[in-house]
Amino acid sequence: MSLVYAKDIAKTYQAGEVQVRAIKGLSFEIEPASFVSFVGPSGSGKTTLLNLIGCLDRPTSGHLTVAGTEVASLGRSDGARFRGKNIGFVFQDFNLIPVLTVYENVEYPLLMTAGYNARERRERIETLLEAVGMTDQLKKYPGQISGGQKQRVAVARALVGSPKVVLADEPTANLDHDTAFMVINLMKSMKAERETAFIFSTHDPKIVGEAEIVYTLEDGLLVSREDRRTGDE
Amino acid sequence: MNNILKIALRNLLRYKRRTLLTSALITIGVMAVLLFVSISGAFKSMMIGQITDSMLGHLQIHKRGYVASIDNLPLHLNLGGADMQKLETALDALDDVEAYSPRIKFGGMLSNFEETTNIRLNGVDPVREILASPLLSKRFLQGETSDGLLKPGEILMPELLALGMNVKLGATVVVVATNQDGSVNAKTFIVSGILEGISGPGGRDGYIHLDDAREILRITENEANEYAIRLKNPDALESVGKQLAAGLGGELNKQGKPKYEIHTWEKLSPFYNIARMIDMMTLFIKLMLISIVLVSVMNVMIMAVFERIREIGTIAAVGTSPGKILSLFLVEGLSLGILGSVVGAALSLAAIAVLQASPLTFDFGRQKGLLLSPTLDPMEIVVVSLLVVIVSTLASLQPAYKASRMEPVTAMRQV
Repeated sequence: MSLVYAKDIAKTYQAGEVQVRAIKGLSFEIEPASFVSFVGPSGSGKTTLLNLIGCLDRPTSGHLTVAGTEVASLGRSDGARFRGKNIGFVFQDFNLIPVLTVYENVEYPLLMTAGYNARERRERIETLLEAVGMTDQLKKYPGQISGGQKQRVAVARALVGSPKVVLADEPTANLDHDTAFMVINLMKSMKAERETAFIFSTHDPKIVGEAEIVYTLEDGLLVSREDRRTGDE
Repeated sequence: MNNILKIALRNLLRYKRRTLLTSALITIGVMAVLLFVSISGAFKSMMIGQITDSMLGHLQIHKRGYVASIDNLPLHLNLGGADMQKLETALDALDDVEAYSPRIKFGGMLSNFEETTNIRLNGVDPVREILASPLLSKRFLQGETSDGLLKPGEILMPELLALGMNVKLGATVVVVATNQDGSVNAKTFIVSGILEGISGPGGRDGYIHLDDAREILRITENEANEYAIRLKNPDALESVGKQLAAGLGGELNKQGKPKYEIHTWEKLSPFYNIARMIDMMTLFIKLMLISIVLVSVMNVMIMAVFERIREIGTIAAVGTSPGKILSLFLVEGLSLGILGSVVGAALSLAAIAVLQASPLTFDFGRQKGLLLSPTLDPMEIVVVSLLVVIVSTLASLQPAYKASRMEPVTAMRQV
């Protein structure tokens, strides 16, 4: 069963008196534990598509199922609950909460979703922070660490709830080349270790090369699909 | 909830200066209200205490129609021996009644053999009067009360008359009065005390012994025209008044109306209106406090939401429910209110402790150097603090609701 199943999804925005068709009837499937990249120029619809998959926005038409749930049918509270349980996010600007330490930022999604006691939380956080190499920065605040370190914390935060999929919108855009590769490799290793699907958007060709499956978007349309594991197009 | 509280407090500490200024504003508001309530309450209590404990009593009973014509000090509305017995039986049956004193009030002429002037006099039983009006002895500017309030043949003169007529302690004066039948009688008295005048009805009256009053007025039977009643607990005023009215209501006069009238001090003293005005002012001060808290907390919370739109989008994206986002901002407002009210209450108590150590003095009418010793009812602190906390939370409601309704995508697009 597909992790993400999209059938003819479209998204139209109203910008003043103008209707903007950001996504124009896309159909695709993403398997669990895959490492997928959406590429394309600015304005091609990458961020809009990730927002739809991440249940942050709703398609105007079509069917979109994530982890077996038709996301368009979810209300505000159900959507939040669904995201907390199934989806992790890594943002271009890291979006860490400035008043919380590294440890607390990673802990935050667990606190906001019921079902984890203190011991479980501590084990999960320590394991992840060790995996992303941030064990020695636990008590620091986001303002006290570098961009690369922030993104590693963001990856840990995205994974802490054991989501089925992590969505990363331009996760390397604000990082230098070496750090960008380090973050992508971290995501790859986490994918292999935890069998979590990673879906990220980028327009950096070098980063794209790291993806297993690459979807290319142009002007809201899916123009190609390349499976680098098999060489299929 | 602990987590929400922890994050809310961290958010407040993020903007230390703003949090400090808003809390300081709430603190000042709480202090202003509590100090005003305390000082005005002390003034009110002191004045009420003076009026009731040194003159009026908490309640008074007269024959029907007496109070309406009290300026004439009528003698034809006296309570007879049978009436007095009924009243005293009814009063003795009430546990809340501490003491009562029958009085004969009348008007007369006072002469020091050189000058003559009008005087209002109270004929009292000294033992019962001092129990019903315990502060009467404190009004002695000259004279002693160690042997009792006064003896037959003695008069307590009001300060103003004594000064005006240059009457000294121990001087002999003559009281001339007309009795109910219109005949005139006179009796000499020794001035055994000079009383400080106080504000309110009867505050400038003189006192003589009940037996002397009866002699001057040629009253041969047991009569009085007023009963002053002191209660064990002044808060029981209304209930005792009702019990007395119920107990004595069956006694009707010839017109078929209740024979006796019962008045609380509130109905007899104009100070009651001042006390009501103080209560009204307290209410307005509380309304001002509500406005200060409402505007300042709302302003801070609106700013907090505006500045943290992206952050709100992020926490919503990672699975924070709208209800928890709402709680987060409500707890911030609540915390501001709690901080301001706790600090405000603590500083108010400290200020009141200072005022108690060095009491304020003030003048009221002709009364000089009255000492004001403010106290603060714990219930008042609880009420004001709760009010502030509730208003702070309500002030956060609109910004918090706005934050909870934000779409994560829209919020995260904000720069």
